[in-house]
This record gives sequence, C-alpha cells and structure tokens, in this order.
Amino acid sequence: MSANKLTRATQEPTWVRYTLLAVGLGFLFFFLGLPLIAVFVEALAQGLPIYLEALKDSETRSAIWLTIVIALAVLPFNILFGVAAAWAIAKFDFRGKSLLITLIDLPFAVSPVVAGLIFILMFGSQGYFGDWLAAHDLKIIFAVPGMILATLFITFPFIARELIPLMQSQGKDEEEAAISLGASGWQMFWRVTLPNIKWGLLYGVILSNARAMGEFGAVSVVSGHIRGETNTLPLHVEILYNEYNAIGAFAAASVLALLALVTLVAKTVVEWRMKAETDMLNAELPGEKTS
Amino acid sequence: MTHFRKSIATLLLSLVAGAALADATLLNASYDVARDVYKDYNPMFQKHWKAKTGESLELKQSHGGSSKQVRAVADGLEADVVTMNQANDIEFLADKGLVAKDWTKKFPNNASPYTSAMVFIVRKGNPKALKDWSDLAAPGIQVILPHPKNTGNGRNTYLSAWAWALKQPGGSDAKAQEFVGKLLKNAPLFAAGGRDATTTFMQRGLGDVLVTFESEAELIAKEFGKGNFEVVYPSLTMQTEFPVAVVDKVVDKKGTRKQATAYLEYLWSKEGQENAAQNYLRPRDAELLKKYAHFFPAVKTFTVDEVFGGANKAFATHFKDGGTFDQIYVAK
Amino acid sequence: MSAKIQRVLPGFGLALGYTLVYLSLLILLPLGGMILKASELGFGQILDIALGERSLAAFRVTFVSSLLAASINAFFGLIVAWILVRYPFPGKRFVDALVDLPFALPTAVAGITLATLYAGNGWLGSHLEPLGFKVAYTPLGIVVALTFITLPFVVRTLQPVIEDIETEVEEAAASLGASRWQTFVKVIFPAIGPALLTGFALAFARALGEFGSVIFIAGNLPLISEIVPLLIISKLEQYDVLGATALAVVMLAISFVLLLVINALQWWAANRHKNSEPLEVAAGKAKAGEA
Repeated sequence: MSANKLTRATQEPTWVRYTLLAVGLGFLFFFLGLPLIAVFVEALAQGLPIYLEALKDSETRSAIWLTIVIALAVLPFNILFGVAAAWAIAKFDFRGKSLLITLIDLPFAVSPVVAGLIFILMFGSQGYFGDWLAAHDLKIIFAVPGMILATLFITFPFIARELIPLMQSQGKDEEEAAISLGASGWQMFWRVTLPNIKWGLLYGVILSNARAMGEFGAVSVVSGHIRGETNTLPLHVEILYNEYNAIGAFAAASVLALLALVTLVAKTVVEWRMKAETDMLNAELPGEKTS
Repeated sequence: MTHFRKSIATLLLSLVAGAALADATLLNASYDVARDVYKDYNPMFQKHWKAKTGESLELKQSHGGSSKQVRAVADGLEADVVTMNQANDIEFLADKGLVAKDWTKKFPNNASPYTSAMVFIVRKGNPKALKDWSDLAAPGIQVILPHPKNTGNGRNTYLSAWAWALKQPGGSDAKAQEFVGKLLKNAPLFAAGGRDATTTFMQRGLGDVLVTFESEAELIAKEFGKGNFEVVYPSLTMQTEFPVAVVDKVVDKKGTRKQATAYLEYLWSKEGQENAAQNYLRPRDAELLKKYAHFFPAVKTFTVDEVFGGANKAFATHFKDGGTFDQIYVAK
Repeated sequence: MSAKIQRVLPGFGLALGYTLVYLSLLILLPLGGMILKASELGFGQILDIALGERSLAAFRVTFVSSLLAASINAFFGLIVAWILVRYPFPGKRFVDALVDLPFALPTAVAGITLATLYAGNGWLGSHLEPLGFKVAYTPLGIVVALTFITLPFVVRTLQPVIEDIETEVEEAAASLGASRWQTFVKVIFPAIGPALLTGFALAFARALGEFGSVIFIAGNLPLISEIVPLLIISKLEQYDVLGATALAVVMLAISFVLLLVINALQWWAANRHKNSEPLEVAAGKAKAGEA
C-alpha cells in the first residue's frame, strides 16, 4: 500500500486545507479578533500610563480579587458535579437520561437576570426563606454567598456537558477491561478514566472559569453593588462606563480578556507535562506506543 | 495579598449579618451616575460629623440603576439611606413599608436636595436648527434617547415632550399622545441606558439630537470634548428631582437613625449644595444657583407633580404595560 | 443493552445520586420556587402575558435569532474545531485561547464593542452599510451579538472529540479504498455528530437567555428588535415581579421542550452510531488481515 494513497485519504487535499483554514480563521478574526482589538484600542486610547493608572484604582483592584475568589470558590463544586454527572450519564444506561441531560442544560436557557431573580425569590427578605434567614441573622443575597450561588447556577452545566459527549464517544471498554483485570473503582478512575477525559475536563474548567469571571447579569441582581465589598470586575466595568470613565471600563474589561488567555498557559503546561510523560513511557516500553 | 485576605475576610464576615466594624456604618444606595456627587460629599460629611459628635463613621456606597437599587433594598439590601433619581422608586419603598409614607415631607424641597433639567444635545453649529420639542418630531429628524419604558432618562424625555404638547394652544392628552408618537417614530433605536445613548450619539455619530440630563452634558464634555456639541434648552422642560429618604426599617434595626438623618440633612448645607453645583446639579440654594449661573441658564420647567399629579400616577398612566407608550406602539 | 453489562463498572449509584441531589438543590429547587411564584397568577393570566402582541413578537425575534446564531456557530465552529485540532499553523495556541474570550468578556462590554464595530461609522459597519447591510440596531445585530456570545460552545464541545478520533480508523478506511470525503461522511462525521448537536443545543440555549450584550446592539424597538429578556426587565422596572416570573416560566417551558427534543435526537444519533459502526468494524477486520 502506497503511503501517498494513504495520506490522500487520511488528509484533506491541500486546497481544502487552505480553504478551511481561511474560512475558520477569517470567522475568528471578524467575530473574536476585531472585538478584542477594539477593547484594547479603547483601553489604551490615552496611552499606557493612563491605562495602568486606571488599573491601580483600589476599587478596581478589590473587584479583581473578588472576581478571582468567586471563580475559585465555584470551581471544586463544578468539577465534582461535572465528573459525577458525566460518569453516570455516559457510562450507564437508564431511563430518563435525555430528561436528566436537558435539566442539566436548563441553566443555560435561563436568562442571567432571571437566574439572579430566582435567588431573590428564595432568599430575599420577601422570599420563601427570607424570614427564616432574617431570624437567624444570616445573609445570603447582597453578600458574597449569594454571588457564589448565582455563579454556580450560571456555570452549572459546563463541565458535565463538556465531558458527556467525550465519554460517550470513548465508550466503556477500557474501564471494563480495567475492572475485569482486578482494578478497584478508584484505581480505574485515576488510571484510566481521568487520563482519557483530561482534555475535556480542562476545557470544561477553562470555560466555566471564564464564564464565572465574566458573568454580569445574574451576579448583578444579587450583589447589591456595594463598592469594595460586593463589586466584581464585570459589575465594576459597567459602573465605570456609566460614569463616563470609558478608559477605566475598557481597561478593566481588558483584564478579563487577559484572564481568558490563561487558557493558553494552562493548556501549554498540561501539554508539556503530558509529552514528558509519554516520552518517558516510550523510553521504558518501546513498541507499546499506541494502545 | 492584602486584597486577597480582605476578600476572604469579607466572605466570612458576610456570612454573619450586621458585623459592623466602625463606630457606625452607613450604606447609601444610590443611582448609577451619582458616584461623583457622593465621592466628594462623603468625606465632607465624615469630617462634619466627627467635629460635631466625635464619632467616626464608615460610609459605604452602592450604585446601580435606580429602580433596580430600590428593588434590592426591598429584597433585603441593608441601605440606611436611598438617594435616587426617580420619586416613584421611593414611593415603592413607602408602599412596602420600608420608608415613611410622608417621606417627601421629612426634608425640604420635596426631599430633593438638587435638581436637573432635560435638555437637547445637538451637533456643533446646530445644523438642523433644532430649538424646541416640535422640531424633534419633524419628519427626517433622528432622535436618540434611552428606552422610554425601561429607563428613567427615557421616561423623563417622554414626559417632557408630553407636557410641552399639552401646554400648547388647544393641547389635550390625545394631541400630546399623537405628538409623542410622532417624536418616537423619529427614534431609530432605543438605547440601553443614558450612557449608551450618549455613546451612540457622540461616538457612533448616529442621530441629530440626544435628549438627556443637563448634568450629563458636562460629563459628555469631559469625555468627548466641549467643542463637539451644543446644548439647547427647549421652551419647556422637566425639572428632574433627585429624592432622598431614610430607610426606617434598616436604621431602626441598626440603630443608625440619627446618623442617617444627619447625613441627608447635610445635603442642604452650604457645603452640600456647593458640591452638587460643582457636579452640575442645580442647587436649591438661591445664592449658589446665582453663583454658578454660568452652568445653569434660566429655563422654564415643570415638575411631574404639577403636570402629571405625582410620579406614581405618571408612571402608571404612561409606562405600565398597556399605558400610553404601549398604545403608541401596539394599538396602531 | 442488558443491565448486567452496565453494572460491570462501579460508581453508578454514587455518581447518579450525587448528580440528582446537587441538581435538585441548586437548579430544581430555585426554578421550582419561580414556577410556584408564577402560579400565583393562574394559567389564564400567564397566557395573556405571553400572548400579547409585543410578547409574541419578542418570542419570535428571540427564537429566530438564537436559532440563526446557533446554526452559524455549528457550521463555522466545526471548521474552527477541525483546524485547531488537525492543522498546524503559526499562532495556533493564541487562536485556541482566543476562543474562550466571549465568556470572559462581560456581556455588556461585548455588546458595546460590537455596536461600535458595526455602527455606520465603525470599522465593519462603514464597509457593510454601503453594501446595504445594516447590522447595528437591527435584528441582524441581535444575531451578531448572539453568535459572538455563544461562539465557544460548538468549538469546545467538538475539540476533545476530534482529538479523540483515532487516526487508525481513518487509515483503515483509507486502506479499504475510501476517499477522504467518504471517510469524513461515514467515519468522522458520525463520531462527532452527537457532540456537534450538543454544542448546537448549548449555544441555542444560551442565546435564548442572553440579555446584556443584545440590548446594546439591538435597537430595542417594540415589535421589531425587542427580545424576551428585555420584556422581563421591563416588567421588573414596573415592580411587576409576578409578570416577570410568568414570562420567565413560559420561556423556560419552551426552552425545556426544545432542548429535550434536541437531546433525545442527539442520544438517538449517538446510539445508532455505536450500534452499527460498519466502517469501523470493517476497518478493524481489514487491519487484522493486514497484520
């Protein structure tokens, strides 16, 4: 069998490759690149010193910290739920699975403002648990816990929805083999499942993280907007913009954009570590390269 | 790192309500462009209060859309005072029993320490020669304003045009509605808010005229340059009020009534009034109004109470679902 | 699928149990509270609110533009995911990271930036308007904003699945004489189809609820460019929390049914692929014969 023929059928013809590249990159340029450039152009409209000055503002800095704290607080909950839900849904058959998946999707379809509103209906002073909370002197909304709850709601589906199609396409042969070879449940999970899903999990984490940091609507409803206390970066961006401080607003927005680029770092680090691992394995077990 | 620790501390503290740190803490829930006003006012009052009573106060600010802020207070945001830009928002709190029913009587001037007026912002040289409300409804003119139903700014514009039409010879509600309908047909869009309307007009170059608060004109000059536009005062326009009130339910719980009341009263002091004037808001103090006359040309204004019988009534007639705004659009 | 095979793998009870409890507490309980609140109005009144002329127009605008945005993303997202996984090109890591931007950027910033770009004097609008395309302040602007906001979904759900396709299957198909196009249609597409549908469903769901970015570019004219979330806000501005929840519940019900249909379809497609796999089976046999 000629290598040439094989290549022809496993790779697209050159013209197709270039067309796809042009279309894909063109789309990204117009829909992502230009808006990103526009944000930085606005932020740097009066030069770098003014940009940096805008970021030094103590309210902006405390907003950045609060945003990061909330994103970190949300993460473990989302990972735990995402992996558990994907495991149950992708590896087992049971009745009502489509219904369960749809329920998991539901938070996406709920308008962020409504997502905030439902927590007000629950925990607001006129809400279902309002009197009980007031009697016990507990504060959920217009405080950080409420903002974490709203963020949890908004980012709820991400990791599960990232993992389900992936685990579904992977099937369960590998895990079944591991179990039949005598591995315990946890061994199977750490040695087989986790390595298989790590990319999906990483994408899910990155996406839910980006969304957690960028969320405005839901958090805005439950935050109370107290300066330096319950003000996240997206809320602060809006305030600055409304105060005719466009430079400050876009500078703060550019910080969020830069936080999104953390993807780059995270992915690169994971790739390096993986490559180092496979290199080591290959050195130890020549010929066992693919499984 | 201190910020990080502070955030964690906030997180923990906020689990327990009312964990006051200073002698007394006041939270002022305010509308969104009021930051400049209170940024300068708060330290002023802190100094005044310290000198008078020896007590050190912590003053916290919360800014957002006026009715959104008020909803938050009704739902449990523990604001000691509310400083808003729409009277019907405070009426809502009065209905809910959080604010005294006679809140407008608790402070002078209808409990509104300063005012503003709705004005036209036109392109440099006023190329379309827009002088009064009737010009805005002329065919071919594009008017930029925020959503009349969902924003205070848009509602004030709507009511100003309505009142003007009503006061014309032979004016009636039916004629006013027809006139406002014509004016709204000239709006190519309804902006998301006051600031968005400004950006649309100034930066994106859309429209012939922008209707907004007089105080906003100076902010526009700050960001887009003074020479790029002109301010036109129509023959009649709304005097917009910025009502304030003490939130009884909160101050009684926290024991901060004394401080909260003093905080609002001080807005009428010379210092408080001058601060408002410096932020381009018309002070109630006649002397100061004269001193800053270059900011505030004489203009014929009306109040919502005079023409519409109160903010609540105006809102119900015009902006509730099925009100005149909806009639203009839906029942064609 | 017999029950015995499923139970080879451990953790079903734990994973599903945790999923259900967490889902109930964070999502179903608050949403149930919202439905309970709306039910204070009675069915007839809810219908009245939903079937008003303005509401109907808003529902139409919302669903049509969300559907368009999700379709645009399904098409271009597939291309983008493909080139990001399969083709080497300079700056790939950066482009890859860029994909998450729409989540991290606060929606208001996205809306403001897009409106500036597409306005008559903007970088893009100034070229599009002479051609007769008015984007900013028209329903087309809504589609653009929704496309931006939901862009990551399709790309990020497809990426791990494409990464997971084993090239041997493609090689085997090729060695059986399949052309590249046949391989794509018969081998690759069935493998990534479910993920594509998932991405589409998620993008669609998210688009339905989006508010923050849309109001800045839509124009918000009644009957023409008003979306449902704007009407919900409008009710809240009137302190009509009941009316707002009623609209939110109607929206939720429609989204739920649509998502359920898409998810059922997706699951059916995935199972059909898993149960037939003619080419993969053939490919496996061919490979065995070769060795």
